[in-house]
Amino acid sequence: MTVKVTVEDVERVAELAHLELAAEETPRMRHDLNAILDYVAELNELDTSGVTPLAQASELLHAEAGKLRADLVRPSLDRAVVMAQAPETDQAFFKVPKVIER
Amino acid sequence: MSSEVKKTESYVEKPKSLAELRAEIASGRTKAADLAASYYERIARANPRLNVYLSLTKERALEQAERVDALAEKGDPLPELAGVPVAIKDVLVMQGAPSTAGSKILQGYRPPYDATAVAKLDAAGAVLLGKLNCDEFAMGSSTENSAYGPVRNPVDPERVPGGSSGGSAAAVAANLAVATLGSDTGGSIRQPASFCGVVGVLPTYGRVSRYGLIAFASSLDRVGPFAANVRDAATMLGAIAGHDPKDATSSAAPVPDYAAQSDRPVEGLRLGVPVEYFAEGLDDEVRAAIESGIVALKAAGCTVVPVSLPHTRYAVPTYYLVATAEASANLARFDGVRYGYRSAASESLSALYSHSRDEGFGAEVKRRILLGTYALSAGYYDAYYLKAQQVRRLLAEEYLRAFAEVDAIVTPTSPVPAFKLGEKTGDPLAMYLADIYTVTASLAGICGVTVPCGTTQAGLPVGMQVLAGHLQEGTAFRVARAVEAAGL
Repeated sequence: MTVKVTVEDVERVAELAHLELAAEETPRMRHDLNAILDYVAELNELDTSGVTPLAQASELLHAEAGKLRADLVRPSLDRAVVMAQAPETDQAFFKVPKVIER
Repeated sequence: MSSEVKKTESYVEKPKSLAELRAEIASGRTKAADLAASYYERIARANPRLNVYLSLTKERALEQAERVDALAEKGDPLPELAGVPVAIKDVLVMQGAPSTAGSKILQGYRPPYDATAVAKLDAAGAVLLGKLNCDEFAMGSSTENSAYGPVRNPVDPERVPGGSSGGSAAAVAANLAVATLGSDTGGSIRQPASFCGVVGVLPTYGRVSRYGLIAFASSLDRVGPFAANVRDAATMLGAIAGHDPKDATSSAAPVPDYAAQSDRPVEGLRLGVPVEYFAEGLDDEVRAAIESGIVALKAAGCTVVPVSLPHTRYAVPTYYLVATAEASANLARFDGVRYGYRSAASESLSALYSHSRDEGFGAEVKRRILLGTYALSAGYYDAYYLKAQQVRRLLAEEYLRAFAEVDAIVTPTSPVPAFKLGEKTGDPLAMYLADIYTVTASLAGICGVTVPCGTTQAGLPVGMQVLAGHLQEGTAFRVARAVEAAGL
C-alpha cells in the first residue's frame, strides 16, 4: 500500500516548483518526500468522513468572515516606486528573457 | 544564578518597564532622542557578537524621537508608546528599509509600504530602531537558517536563541530594544521567548493584521510582540491589534485593555494540564520548573486539573502538510522578475525562475517548498492537503471542548532549554514533543502567552506556555502575570 516516491517524482515536483535540484540533493529530497507519505498514513488512521475541512481558523471565531469591500477603483502603488525595486525594467514593464521562440 | 553561566559571557540585561520609560520621557528627565542614541550604542557593542540586527533605521528612529521630545516639552499628551525603542522582525515590512525575511532572495529589497502592525507602533509614538534577524522566511526553530548568520542567545552566546524570531527574543533579553515584534506560524514567537527568558505572545489568529507580513503559511501566520514583562507584552498587543480592511482574515472583535485585564487576580480560574504533553522527551529540569509554576498558580488560587487532548499526536503531520503546502504557494512569487534577487544571464524565462530561486533560497526553504508542492500536486491534493484540513477541524474542536471545561491550559513552551549552536537537539523524541507543544495551538487558531518560569541548574531559561480560547488573551495574560509574580 505504501507508495514509494521515485526519482521521477522528485524531478517532477522540482519542475512544478521551478527549482533545480543538484544530483546530490535528489536522494535526500526523495527521502523527505517519502516522509510525507508517512504523515499521510498517520492521518489516515482517523475517520474524517463528513468532517468539513478547516482552512481558516477565523471561521471558528464567528467573526465577520467573508465581509468584502466595495468593488471600487482606488490608487495602488506608485509605478516609479515599484520599478525602482525591479531587477530589469524599462520603467514601464519588467524585462525578462524572450518567452516565444520563432 | 549558577556558576556555569557566570563563567561564560552573558549579555542579559532587563529593559526598563514601559511605565518607567513613560514617566521619564513625559517628565523630560529622559529625552527620547538620547534614549534612542543610547540603544544604538549598545547595539554597536553587542551586535558583532550576537548578530541580532540585520539593519538599522536610524533616520526614521531619530525623527520620531525628536517628534516625541517636542510633544513632551510642550506638555502635550503623549501617545501610548511615545519614545519607546522597539525593533521589528525582518519578515515585517518597513517602508524604505531593507526587508530580507532572512533570505538572500530579498537582499537589497526595500518595501514601498509599512506593515499595519508597524504603522500602528509608529502611530503610538514608538521609535523603530531596525530590523531583526530570523530564520529564512520564518522557517526554522533556532535562527540557524538565516542567510545572514545565526543569532546568539544573550544568556549564553554559544547557544541558539530559538527561532524563527530569534532576533526578536534576543533583542529584548539583551536590552537592545525594549520590546519587539515577531511572527509565529508553528511556534516562532513562543519557543525563542522561552529560550531567551522573555515574554512572547501568540495572539488569536486574525487578532493582529498580517498586512505587510511576508507570508509563510497564510492560515497559520500571526504577528505578535515580545517584551520583558507580561504587562508590557499586553500593552504591546493592545497597540497592534484590531481590524484591518487590508487583511481579509483580520477580526473585527473590539480590542480590550489587555494590560488592565492582566492585572486581575487569578483566584477561581480553572487550569488544565494536558497529560499528552508530559511524556518521554521532556527534560527533567524543564518538567520540574513547570511543576513549580503550577504550584505557584495553585497557591494563587487556581484549580488545576488534568485534561486530555487525544488527537494531539496528529497535530504534527497535519502541521507539516498544511504549512508546507501553503508555503509552496506563498513563495511562488519569488521568481527574480519583479523584486529581489535575479540570477545573471538566463537563457529562458523558465531558467530565470529556477536559477533565481535555486541561488536565492536556502536549503531548508527549498525543501519545504518541494514538500508542499508534492502535497498539492494533481492527484494528491484531496488525499494529502484536504485530509490534513479535516484533521485540523478535529484538533480545533478538541481544544474548544477543553476550553468549555477550563479557562486556560498550561504546558511547557519547549521540552528542552536552549541547545548549542550546531547541535540541533539530537533526541528525536524531544524534537517531536517540541513540535507538539506549539503547532497544535497554531492549527486551532487559539491564543497563548509564554512567560519565564525559572531556569535550569545551568541557568538556562524555561518558559511556561499559557493557552486560552479564541480572543481570550486577557485570561492568558492574567495567568502569566501570576506565574511572573511568583518570581521563580
